[in-house]
Amino acid sequence: MDDAILSLTQPKVRALSLETIGMTKIFGPLVALDDVSLKIEAGSFHALLGENGAGKSTLVKCIMGFYQADGGSLLLGGGEVNVRNPRDARAMGLGMVYQHFTLAPCLTGAENLVISRADAPTFINWAREKKRLDAFLERMPFRAPLDVPVSSLAAGEKQKLEILKLLYLDQRLLILDEPTSVLTPQEADEILGLLRGMTERKEITVVMITHKFREVTAFADSLTVLRRGRMVGAGKVADIPTEEMARMMIGDTQIAARAIRSQNAAGETVLELAALVAKGEEDKDVLDRVNLKIRAGEIVGVAGVSGNGQSQLVEALSGQREIADGRILVRGRPFEPTRDAFFKLKIFGLPEEPLKNAAVPRMSVAENMAFRSFDRPPNAKFGWWLSAAPMRARARDLISRYRVKTQSPDTPIGDLSGGNVQRAVLARELSDEVDVLIVANPCFGLDFASVAEIRAQIMEQRNRGAAVLLISEDLDEILELADRVAVMSEGAISYVAPVGETDRATIGMHMAGHA
Amino acid sequence: MSDSLVVTVLVALLGGALRVSTPFMFVALGECLTEKSGRVNLGLEGTLVFGAMSAYATSYHTGSPWLGVLAAGLAGAALGALHGFVCKLPRVNDIAIGIAMMLFGTGVAFFFGKAYIQPTAPRLGAIALGDWTGDPKVATALQVNPLLLIGLATALIMWWAFANTRWGLVLRMSGDSAPAARAMGVSVDLVRFLATLSGGFLAGVGGAFLSLYYPGSWNQGLSSGQGLMAVALVIFARWNPLRCVAAAMLFGAAGAIGPALQSVGVTQGYYFFNAAPYILTLLIMVASAGSRQASREAPGELSITK
Repeated sequence: MDDAILSLTQPKVRALSLETIGMTKIFGPLVALDDVSLKIEAGSFHALLGENGAGKSTLVKCIMGFYQADGGSLLLGGGEVNVRNPRDARAMGLGMVYQHFTLAPCLTGAENLVISRADAPTFINWAREKKRLDAFLERMPFRAPLDVPVSSLAAGEKQKLEILKLLYLDQRLLILDEPTSVLTPQEADEILGLLRGMTERKEITVVMITHKFREVTAFADSLTVLRRGRMVGAGKVADIPTEEMARMMIGDTQIAARAIRSQNAAGETVLELAALVAKGEEDKDVLDRVNLKIRAGEIVGVAGVSGNGQSQLVEALSGQREIADGRILVRGRPFEPTRDAFFKLKIFGLPEEPLKNAAVPRMSVAENMAFRSFDRPPNAKFGWWLSAAPMRARARDLISRYRVKTQSPDTPIGDLSGGNVQRAVLARELSDEVDVLIVANPCFGLDFASVAEIRAQIMEQRNRGAAVLLISEDLDEILELADRVAVMSEGAISYVAPVGETDRATIGMHMAGHA
Repeated sequence: MSDSLVVTVLVALLGGALRVSTPFMFVALGECLTEKSGRVNLGLEGTLVFGAMSAYATSYHTGSPWLGVLAAGLAGAALGALHGFVCKLPRVNDIAIGIAMMLFGTGVAFFFGKAYIQPTAPRLGAIALGDWTGDPKVATALQVNPLLLIGLATALIMWWAFANTRWGLVLRMSGDSAPAARAMGVSVDLVRFLATLSGGFLAGVGGAFLSLYYPGSWNQGLSSGQGLMAVALVIFARWNPLRCVAAAMLFGAAGAIGPALQSVGVTQGYYFFNAAPYILTLLIMVASAGSRQASREAPGELSITK
């Protein structure tokens, strides 16, 4: 281990090159990877682009030994290798940072690092290990606290620790799966910049799965684009404009025109949150006096690093989380999140992960679409006798209007793809007159076409005069849709500004809580 | 109540704590080990009873109570291995299997144990730690079984090993985040299988204490739910082996309240005081249900905390 650490500082090229030739992977009827050949030079910062389901994850899982490719070969440092399982990959110097963290939350950073070593000693001499870890950190461009349980670290620190772990294990080719989704723009820039520096010194090779063009142009030097399991483009980042990258990713799919924002006069305040407080685990205030006003005909976008209370805010507004203090006012009147109040005040919402938060997976599409109206005429007589026929008729109508791809209205909604669940729930929520719309991460994990469509729907509600609260971890989405931007940090709204009077850097500063 | 009576009660409580706590301690340590790996084995009540029967039968046939202890441990390990194996199968719920194993273990013990209710088997001896005091009451209270000392040593070793050995870290990692352990190439199922097996061994040894030392005979009402209480005790001890020992002592003392009061002539409410451990279990469950500290220290993979 000492040798490995020392050699990190030596100037020779330690980075690994990677090449796949004709990589193919078939899952039943689906060809997930179709003859993918790509070449990544030693010491490059390579971006792997593609929409959801394009095969990026399958490709890296084949490289890392989670899957066995059905065809093709893998070359590492110029020689053909056979990676049978993740342990093999690790022994060859391949390391991966997953989207979800793989550190054990109850263990400290130091424990996580030491135990991840293949040669972890049976009896651990902590005094000696601590000394070695300190020596290792000395050589690293960034550090993370090692003495506290990982569960108490912030997302950015965890992400750094994940990367430190790979470097500690002496991995020379790092695959990062959307590494910046949990970071502020500044943290993302810092970490990617440091990794970029390491690639420039030829210490490591980095492969980054991403869909953020900004990160590609700022940090990557080469890229490969996948679409439907095939490689559709590759080259130097400097030679390919972002429009071209986007075209390669989506192919010939028609994208709905960008939502048009009508010029409405500012309406009256419809939704007002007054010093809203909610408790989380350990009695901590996850919402710490949230104040926000949303007028009719405007979209207020709430930006923030995930885990700063955004999910809890949506839960509080939708009745999933108890409100400890403060009030919600709708048109100046106190509002309790009950089914009746939602109906009377015309409040609708699309929460994040709608399959979990707004649908019952095993119930049919028609039943799920009737959640708002099943106990009202014409679906119900006397308030309790339900009839399925009108529900199904209405579901058919919504399915065709919102282009939900489902076999029939009686298919369990859990069998639909993510984008179609999203459309089905949106259809239910938008089919009546809407006064207040609460939307959280509506486009997470969707393809370009669905994203454009869903954003257009949200914009249309705004144009019709609804007050829209849009909570999103995607800053670009907020900058595209919102009339005003609010930043949520540590459970409170720390910054509000009209979208024309602010910029990415200012918002990022407030997201990080330094401002 | 005069001072001497108070002293008598306290000494009796101490003696009770030392005597009664041992099976609690072993079962709790076994459960602690199993739960640290991310699995709940509710079947330890059955393991305890089956261990008690195996120990008694082996001691009766071989004449060696220590062979009986070993047999109890192996019998417990076998039940633990069965639980661990079944839970490895897909879509199997460890709680449901635990309840089935509990009934299975007690059922098998009663079935094979019928023949051993009458005969007397050689029992484990005691170590006199209190003779120097010169007080016969204290001396009696301080007569401890070697198994108590073994239990204490096991707790210390487990506590140390959780933090300072590779095995300990791998075990905690499997219990805390199975994806993290798998990403490291650890076979989570194997870790849990071994932890359940070892936990079963410890619980079996706890059973040997019941039949070979205190109360020191084999009958069907021997355990009266101690194995189940020990599971609750692990939650109360927040998955820390040393706190498991302390909690076991507390339960032991609670179990000794009835006999201790009887020894000074308080016979009113004897049955009520005998129910003290059960009441304590209820109170502890209510108290720890609201404890956010407990929920934070729970292994993340446990099906009861998920």
